[in-house]
Amino acid sequence: MTRLPPPANKKLGLVIDLDTCVGCHACAVACKEWNDGGAFGPLPDDDPYGAEPHGVWFNRVHSYEVTGPGTRDPAPAAPKLPDPSASGRRASAVQSRESCTAEAPVPGPRSPVPQMVHFPRSCLHCETPDCVTVCPTGASYKRAEDGIVLVDEDKCIGCQLCAWACPYGAREIALPPAKPRASDAGHKDSKRGTMQKCTLCVDRIYNETLDERDRQPACVLACPTRARMFGDLGDPESTVSKVVAERGGYALMPEFGYRPVNRYLPPRPRREGAHAAAAVEAPTEAILDTERLPPLLRWLDKALSR
Amino acid sequence: MPHKNLKLNEPTGDEVKTTTCYMCACRCGIRVHLKNGRVRYIDGNPDHPVNRGVICAKGSSGIMQHYSPARLRKPLLRVGERGERKFREIGWDEALALATHWLSGIRARNPDELAFFTGRDQSQALTGWWAQQFGTINYAAHGGFCSVNMAAAGMYTFGGSFWEFGEPDWEHTKYLMLWGVAEDHDSNPIKLGLGKLKARGAKIVAINPVRSGYGSIADEWVPVNPGTDGLLAGALIHELLQRDRVDFDFLVRYTNAHHLVIRAPGAADDGLIARDAEGRPLCAVRDFSGRRSGAAEGGIRDPVSFHPSTKTLDSGSSPRDVRNDEKNQWDFALNDATQPDISPLIAGTYTLPDGRQAVPAFQLIAERFLADDYAPDHVAERCGVEAATIRRLAAELAQVAFEEAIELPIAWTDTHGRQHDTMLGRPVSMHAMRGIAAHANGFHTCRTIHVLQMLLGAIDTPGSFRYQPPYPKPAPPGNQPAKSRKPDGTLDGNPLGYPQSPDDLLVDADGKPRRIDHAFSWEYPLAAHGLLQSVIRHAVDGNPARIDTLFLFMANMGWNSAMDTTLTRKLLCERDANGEYKIPHIIYADAYDSETVAFADLVLPDTTYLERYDCISLLDRPISDAESAADAIRRPVVAPDRDVRPFQDVLLDLGTRLKLPNMADADGQPVYRDYADYMVRHERTPGVGMLAGWRGADASKTGKGEPNPGQLQRYLEHDCFFEARVPEAGAYYRMANRDYLEWAQSMGFVASPAPITMQLYCEVLQRFRLAARGHGAVQPPESERARVARYFDPVPFWYAGNEGETHPSPLGRKAGCEDPMSRNGPEGTEPSSGASRKGKGGAVAPLLPEGEGKTAFPLSAITQRPMFMYHAWGSQNRWLRQIAARNVLYVHPATLAAAAIGDGDWAWIVSPRGRMRVQVRTHAGCAPGTVWTWNAVGKRRGAWKLAENAPEVADGFLLNHLIGERAADRAYANGDPVTGQAAWFDLKVRLEPDPDPGAPGHRVELAV
Repeated sequence: MTRLPPPANKKLGLVIDLDTCVGCHACAVACKEWNDGGAFGPLPDDDPYGAEPHGVWFNRVHSYEVTGPGTRDPAPAAPKLPDPSASGRRASAVQSRESCTAEAPVPGPRSPVPQMVHFPRSCLHCETPDCVTVCPTGASYKRAEDGIVLVDEDKCIGCQLCAWACPYGAREIALPPAKPRASDAGHKDSKRGTMQKCTLCVDRIYNETLDERDRQPACVLACPTRARMFGDLGDPESTVSKVVAERGGYALMPEFGYRPVNRYLPPRPRREGAHAAAAVEAPTEAILDTERLPPLLRWLDKALSR
Repeated sequence: MPHKNLKLNEPTGDEVKTTTCYMCACRCGIRVHLKNGRVRYIDGNPDHPVNRGVICAKGSSGIMQHYSPARLRKPLLRVGERGERKFREIGWDEALALATHWLSGIRARNPDELAFFTGRDQSQALTGWWAQQFGTINYAAHGGFCSVNMAAAGMYTFGGSFWEFGEPDWEHTKYLMLWGVAEDHDSNPIKLGLGKLKARGAKIVAINPVRSGYGSIADEWVPVNPGTDGLLAGALIHELLQRDRVDFDFLVRYTNAHHLVIRAPGAADDGLIARDAEGRPLCAVRDFSGRRSGAAEGGIRDPVSFHPSTKTLDSGSSPRDVRNDEKNQWDFALNDATQPDISPLIAGTYTLPDGRQAVPAFQLIAERFLADDYAPDHVAERCGVEAATIRRLAAELAQVAFEEAIELPIAWTDTHGRQHDTMLGRPVSMHAMRGIAAHANGFHTCRTIHVLQMLLGAIDTPGSFRYQPPYPKPAPPGNQPAKSRKPDGTLDGNPLGYPQSPDDLLVDADGKPRRIDHAFSWEYPLAAHGLLQSVIRHAVDGNPARIDTLFLFMANMGWNSAMDTTLTRKLLCERDANGEYKIPHIIYADAYDSETVAFADLVLPDTTYLERYDCISLLDRPISDAESAADAIRRPVVAPDRDVRPFQDVLLDLGTRLKLPNMADADGQPVYRDYADYMVRHERTPGVGMLAGWRGADASKTGKGEPNPGQLQRYLEHDCFFEARVPEAGAYYRMANRDYLEWAQSMGFVASPAPITMQLYCEVLQRFRLAARGHGAVQPPESERARVARYFDPVPFWYAGNEGETHPSPLGRKAGCEDPMSRNGPEGTEPSSGASRKGKGGAVAPLLPEGEGKTAFPLSAITQRPMFMYHAWGSQNRWLRQIAARNVLYVHPATLAAAAIGDGDWAWIVSPRGRMRVQVRTHAGCAPGTVWTWNAVGKRRGAWKLAENAPEVADGFLLNHLIGERAADRAYANGDPVTGQAAWFDLKVRLEPDPDPGAPGHRVELAV
């Protein structure tokens, strides 16, 4: 078993704004690309041009349809994810939609009109994760200095206990193929058989060979709606901590007790009519008695200036 | 100590080269990180104006596109039958010699025997020019399939366009209305903008039958029924007019709202703008007897006094309502409508000097949209939007435009020389794309939306929709399609353009089409982008004439860039009585082994986008945003590892071999070494070339200037783009902003700094209608008259699309065998709804889908583009296909239940064209009357180097099989009667259960 380091002040993590995430998968693919060639890559793919294309991803986007009238208690309820083992493997095959009836992991009021919620999912870098403590070799570990949870490939024996321990489905492993696949010839496969997961781009964020502005996780730099933020959630004065406080950012499934570091910002209330309820009634002078005076007559002598 | 091998400071690669992405049409700036000669990583360039560092799923997966196993590796010569995919690899010398042999014969005989059509490429400034040098009129890209309704409606209305040629004012807008906005064009700029709006608290309304990406974060989703957007926009206009919530000052300053339209039924100038002797448009102005204002003085020409009794209205009011005694004191005068500081009238009927009557254009707009046809209660059911919602949306638009108007402290000078200290803004913006475009009523629907914008005063003001340079251009732009060849065999202009009148059409003496796609004929007079989708059918039919060689670049016309795909694939293989292919030669150029490769006789393999120079030119489709004119290049980042050549280089090489003017010199030597050389040295007009930046011998000139041999080096040093900021005083009101227009003229965007008048009333359309009514030198054949008269309405209107009536199109059809009577339209020419026409056999078939088509095929079927894929490329990408390797049909739960089909079942989607077995899933985020799927994920077996049992092949499907290429009566393409745009969103279907719903397996069964 592997010990956790003593609690630290620095808690690097992500803040993901579900209000602006359009579900474009930019973060997921940027992650795949950076890490495929990075210190924790490659991220193997099985059958990439065949019947069951499937590979290792550190970050996946799931889209949920949230339907139903009424509201729910905006206090952090217990949003329930679909079975992570299922969502890990083939979740994305059909538009990444788990199912229309799945409980989306979003607390807060529900709109009477169907809403799509796009939910990027990656390691939450929990403060007290079982994925580390169950590791028999010390391969899975949490860094004392910044709280990032990593896997040391040299120590990982591929037992997958950590994946079973993680309720968020954040860990993925590619097993050696039963037989070599012709269509995948030449692709790097050295990481097969060891567990892989989000590293918060630890090989970017401290990387002095990069411009300072590029020392961010690849997913954060890529996000086209700027719905992803990176920072120290242990520092209440950090930008990410402030936005979490302001927007009611929440932790995913806190009832498990793993104390995730990452936070999600809930969708803002949608203004479906409220914005204009006043407008319809307010400027009475504009609502003319059209029975008495047809519009064309009103405009006959309209004084305009060109 | 854990992780002794953890390396946190590894360099990303050996070298970083900036270039421009080509994974979709955004043209984002990218940084390509190279390691050991291979591409290690591609990320967004933070310094690039398009994407500011962000990168989408497509962009990041470009590395896998670049290393795709589907890349073509060597020129191929067909050795089997067409469609068999049997080829022999040949060398470039042999390939180019063969192409030259075919093409030189054509050029000597008749250059029009070459049909040269390109796909989603971004080098039309080159390909169009090449077609011009070759001398063929039969050239176009794929806009006829994709977007021409938007381009034409915009260009003829306000000299700009939605799509990626304008943008909402992301910094100031408070209310954004998205109409059918596709998520595959301008997508990173739009996503960046949406993020800004969400942060600022602006309201976003998504009008779309499907709530997908952008709609999912919108405040409000309006699930409009497909093809009824024009009706909805019309109802919003109705509400604004009823409530007097109109920016009249904007209308008379920047549009032709006050221009007088001649009302003289039967006359040759009926419906044209009344003009003075110098051709200036006239308007009526108030004229106080005896005290004419100084401003009006001098502007008045042939003043005509009006008596109150001559003022009447056509809208059902009686003359006694018109005047009261107090107002009887006024007289009226005719005035040059372009003069400043006048007080134009926008309603009433006025008498012209010759005694005839005329009305202001605005009145015609008002009469159209105040009619009950456009009342919210009338349109609600058809649109699928409650009347109360329509009224509220109209009130919201007006509230934001007028009560929440903004004023920016930007001083500017208008085109009359008047100085203004501020800029008034209507912070309501709209954006629209394919959901509007891909309908047979798309042109008029798009125009209706533009009218709505104009009424709100919300075009190019702070907070509203903005032009991007080089727009605005005159509405319409002054370039017409080339019609004839010069003695050296070249065309007298670009094959594509904007007809201004019937004189500009490409028709023969009998009024029949001259082009192979029938663009610019009486069938589709304003087909500004051509009709890619009709080329193969007409080529096989020899209609209007035989084609010798079909030369395609990146146009996947054997699959997703075709309608009636199965039939199209058969047509490509069809033979004549002698056993020869009806299309004798097909040359196809592409980087990838797409479905269309199988039909080529000669395949010219292109490079990937990381292996060549490209030019994203202001002459074509630049990367400008509202703040700056910008263009860009791509550069070879890595050398090809295959025997492939950049298509642009090949095209220039062919031009030299064919000894085409401007490509071969007198000695037969190449004028341009390669495309990179062309990008630098070619001048379209003196001083204007492909690239606007660093022109002039010392690189000091912008826009216009002599070629600079060092220009490409400058681009390479500046991340492959060039940006020229619009002067601050030119930030808005560019249609009438002297500061902007003088700058635009200096850049070569406009010929003069004259104001650009928005066409609330589109007089050009009336010129075509008049021809259909028997006026002018160029008139449509009898069979086309009613159709032209109906659809060339200068005031936009709504009519239903035609796909519900599409009939099967058997192969045995002969060209020109239709009963001409079948084309006859109604006698009346301006009905806005309920019109009828004669179908085959003379029966009167309703144009609106109330007839049989409605009950048999009650559902609309449309496609959306996943944000992580672009056209056909994405689904062969090893990463992207892990996100979606197949598509399903999404159906509203209630609709699915009504069809007795379960979520996840395999079932049949049936159109008049045939049926397809597909898997269905519920999706509550779509209009109940709409079913939808992802576009172009389904693949043909054998293509794209995918396995035979790949989900794209086995389970995925292409909706195009069910979309007829012909409209109901087969006489016309299934498209817009004004522009020819393919109406692939007009598809009507029904769902039927399968007896074995649990058994997977996709198949297509077509009606014979």
